Amino acid sequence: MSKAMNGASSLVKSLESAGVDVMFGIPGGAILPAYDPIFDSKIRHILVRHEQGAGHAATGYAQVTGRVGVCIATSGPGATNLVTPLADAAMDSVPLVAITGQVPSVAIGTDAFQEADIRGITMPFTKHNYLVTNPDDIPRAIAEAFHIAGSGRPGPVLVDIAKDALQKETNFVWPTSINLPGYHPQTTPENGAISDAAALIAQSSKPVFYVGGGVIKANASHELLQLAQLLGAPVVTTLMARGAFPDSHTLHLGMPGMHGTVAAVTALQKADLLIALGTRFDDRVTGKLSSFATHAKVIHADIDPAEIGKNRFADVPIVGDVKETISALIPALKKALEKNRPDLTAWLRQMYSLRSTYPLGYDKPADGSISPQYVIERLGKISGPDAIYVAGVGQHQMWASQFVSYEKPRTWLNSGGLGTMGYSVPAAMGAKVGAPNTTVWAIDGDGCFQMTNQELVTCALNNIPIKVAIINNESLGMVRQWQTLFYEGRYSNTSLESKRIPNFPMLAEAMGCVGLSCDRPEDVDKTIEKAMSINDQPVVVDFRVFRDAMVWPMVAAGTSNDDIMIARELAPDWDSQEL
Amino acid sequence: MSKHTLSVLVENSPGVLARVAGLFSRRAYNIDSLAVGPTENPKISRMTIVINVEGHPLEQVMRQLDKLVNVIHIAEVIDSKSVQAELLMVKISATSKNRFDVEAVVETYEAKIVDEDATSVTIEATGDTAKIADLLSALERFGIRELVQSGLIALERGSVALSDRTLSTSGIPIADGVQADYQN
Repeated sequence: MSKAMNGASSLVKSLESAGVDVMFGIPGGAILPAYDPIFDSKIRHILVRHEQGAGHAATGYAQVTGRVGVCIATSGPGATNLVTPLADAAMDSVPLVAITGQVPSVAIGTDAFQEADIRGITMPFTKHNYLVTNPDDIPRAIAEAFHIAGSGRPGPVLVDIAKDALQKETNFVWPTSINLPGYHPQTTPENGAISDAAALIAQSSKPVFYVGGGVIKANASHELLQLAQLLGAPVVTTLMARGAFPDSHTLHLGMPGMHGTVAAVTALQKADLLIALGTRFDDRVTGKLSSFATHAKVIHADIDPAEIGKNRFADVPIVGDVKETISALIPALKKALEKNRPDLTAWLRQMYSLRSTYPLGYDKPADGSISPQYVIERLGKISGPDAIYVAGVGQHQMWASQFVSYEKPRTWLNSGGLGTMGYSVPAAMGAKVGAPNTTVWAIDGDGCFQMTNQELVTCALNNIPIKVAIINNESLGMVRQWQTLFYEGRYSNTSLESKRIPNFPMLAEAMGCVGLSCDRPEDVDKTIEKAMSINDQPVVVDFRVFRDAMVWPMVAAGTSNDDIMIARELAPDWDSQEL
Repeated sequence: MSKHTLSVLVENSPGVLARVAGLFSRRAYNIDSLAVGPTENPKISRMTIVINVEGHPLEQVMRQLDKLVNVIHIAEVIDSKSVQAELLMVKISATSKNRFDVEAVVETYEAKIVDEDATSVTIEATGDTAKIADLLSALERFGIRELVQSGLIALERGSVALSDRTLSTSGIPIADGVQADYQN
C-alpha cells in the first residue's frame, strides 16, 4: 500500500504509524515543511519555549508511560539545543526519538546557514542516528528509530532529515518488517545462567538485591517483589530504581550510594552475594571500586551485555530482559531452596539494626527557618504515593530521593546519570502530559529552576497544570556543600541571592502560573495544601529554606563506602554493631 | 601491553567509520592500526583493527563495539590461525654506489623496487607485522626519506568465511502502532 505525497507528509504518516500521540518541539527553517502536515495531524504537538525543554519533556513522558518520547527541532541551534536531553536520555536509558531538520542536501558540508552536523555531534550519546537525504528512506528510518529506541536497553535515536527530502515527492510505504543485521538484543536469559544464579543464591548467607532502573524500564516490579519475598533477602534500590520496590516493605533498606542510607550502603559492603538486577555498578553507588563489596560474589543481570563486567566482575552473568530473568529465576530458586534454604535471620537482624539505628534524618535549623528536608517530607506525605515527583539535580534531588516514600514504579523521575540541572520543570511537563490525571510535583532547586523555567509558559498555555516546589536556599547548594566540606568554606560563585532576585512568585504569575511563597515552618502544610487545591493552572511555590542544610549520609567522591559519614566528621559507631 | 586483532563486519553505510573511531576515542581504547575496505558483499565493509588493550578487557571492547547498530559481527583473529599482511612503501636514499646493497635487501625480503631516480629508490613490500618491521630496520642504514604503511589485514585460514555465520535475510515484523509492543 503506497501513497504519493511529499517527504514531510511521509514523515508525519510514519510518526502516526509508529503510534506517536504527542510530541514536543519548535519549528524553524529546515524542519518547516514537516510542520505543515503536523498542523493537520492527529498527533498532539506541544510548542515548547526551548528545544532543551522539548527533549526533557519527551523524557518525562517516556519515563512515566514506558512509551517512546518524541521531540522535534530544526537544524543548527535547534538541533544542538537537543544535545543535553539526548545525552541525559542515553545515560538513563530513556527511549526517545528526536527528529531534526537539516539544511538541504546540496548545502550539507558548506557551512550553510543554521547547519550543524547533528548526526556527528550526537554519535557518542545516541543509541543510533540517521541522516536522511532521500525521501523514500523516511518511513524505514522512522520505523527503525522507534524499534531501536524502545527495544533492548532503551535509548535515544536521532533522525536528521534534509529539508529537500521533506519537500520532494515520494511514496509513503510503511515497512512491514525491520532488517537490522547488527541489532539483535538478547531478551531471554540462558537457562544455564539462571540455574547457576539459583544455586549461588541458595548457598549464600548474606545476599542482597541490588536493584537498578532496569527493573522499572522492564516493568518488573511485581516479579521483583515475588523474588525478594521468596528469598527473604534485603533489597536496596538505586537512585534510578526508587519506586521499583515499595519503600514501606520490611525488606527494603533504602538507597545505596554516595547519599544512601547506612543500612543500604553497608548491606552491599558486607554482603556475600550481590544479586544485581538492571543496574550498572555506577561510581556513585560503588564508591572506590577496589573497596566495594569485597566479600561478595556477583550475579549480574542486565539486558546490555557491555554492562556486565564493565566495572565489576560477574561470577554469574545473565544477559536478558530483567522481567524475563526474574520470572525464570523464581521457579529455579524455589527448586534450589527446597534442597538448601539458607538461614538469613542473623543477616537480616544486622541490617534491620542498622536501619533502625541510622534512619535518615535532619536537624531543625536553629534560626527557626524552614528545613529543606521538612518541606520535601511533608510534600511526599500530603501528596502521597500516587503522585509523580520529578527532581532537578543537587541537594534537593537527594532529599527528594530520601524523604519521599516511593511505593510504585514510574513515580520518581530524575536525571541520574548525566546530572542535568534544569531537568525538573520540562520533565515534569512531559510527565503530566503522559499522566494527565496524576498530581505531578517538580521538586526543583533555585539554581536548576532558573535554567529551564520558561517551560512554565508552555504548561500554562497548554493546560498542563504541574506543581513546582522551589527549594530555595539561594545557593548552588550541593556545590556549596562540597565547598563547606572540601574547600574550607570558600564559597566561590555559589551564592545565587535568589531570595532577593528573582521574585519567584511574581515570575510564576508572569508566566501564567499561580505563585506562592512560604517562609515559616508552620506554613509549610497549608501552602502545600493550597497548591494541591489548584488543578487548573500550574502552581509554583517558593519555599525559602535554611541555607546551610547538608545532605547526609555521604560517601565522599573517590573514597570507600566503608568511610560513610552520617554527619560532618561523624562515622557510624561500627563497634556497637555486630557485623 | 596486549595486542589483539579484530575482524569487524560493518554495514557499508555513511558514518560507520566515524562511529567506530569515535567509540574507541571516547572509551579511551588504543587503536594500533585500522584497515577498512569492501568485501565480497557490496552491502558490507570489513575493518581489521589492531588494538592495544591495556586496562580494558578485550571482551569489554568487543561488547561496546557490538552495541553499534551498524556493526554486524566481530571476531578476534588468532595469529596462528590466520594469514596477515601489511603493505609498506618506503623511499630511501640510494645512489649508484650503494644500489647493489639496496637490491640485496629488497631481494631478501621479497620486496620490490617500484620507482627510482638518481638519488632514491621506492620499495614496496607486503608481509606480516614482524617482517615489515625487520625490513624497515634493514633499510634504516640507507636513510629513510619517507614511508607510508597500511593497517594490517587478516583472513582466517581454511574454508569458512566470517560472513557465512552472520547474515540473515529475515527481518523483524512490525505492525502499525509499533510502540504498543514495548509497553510490557
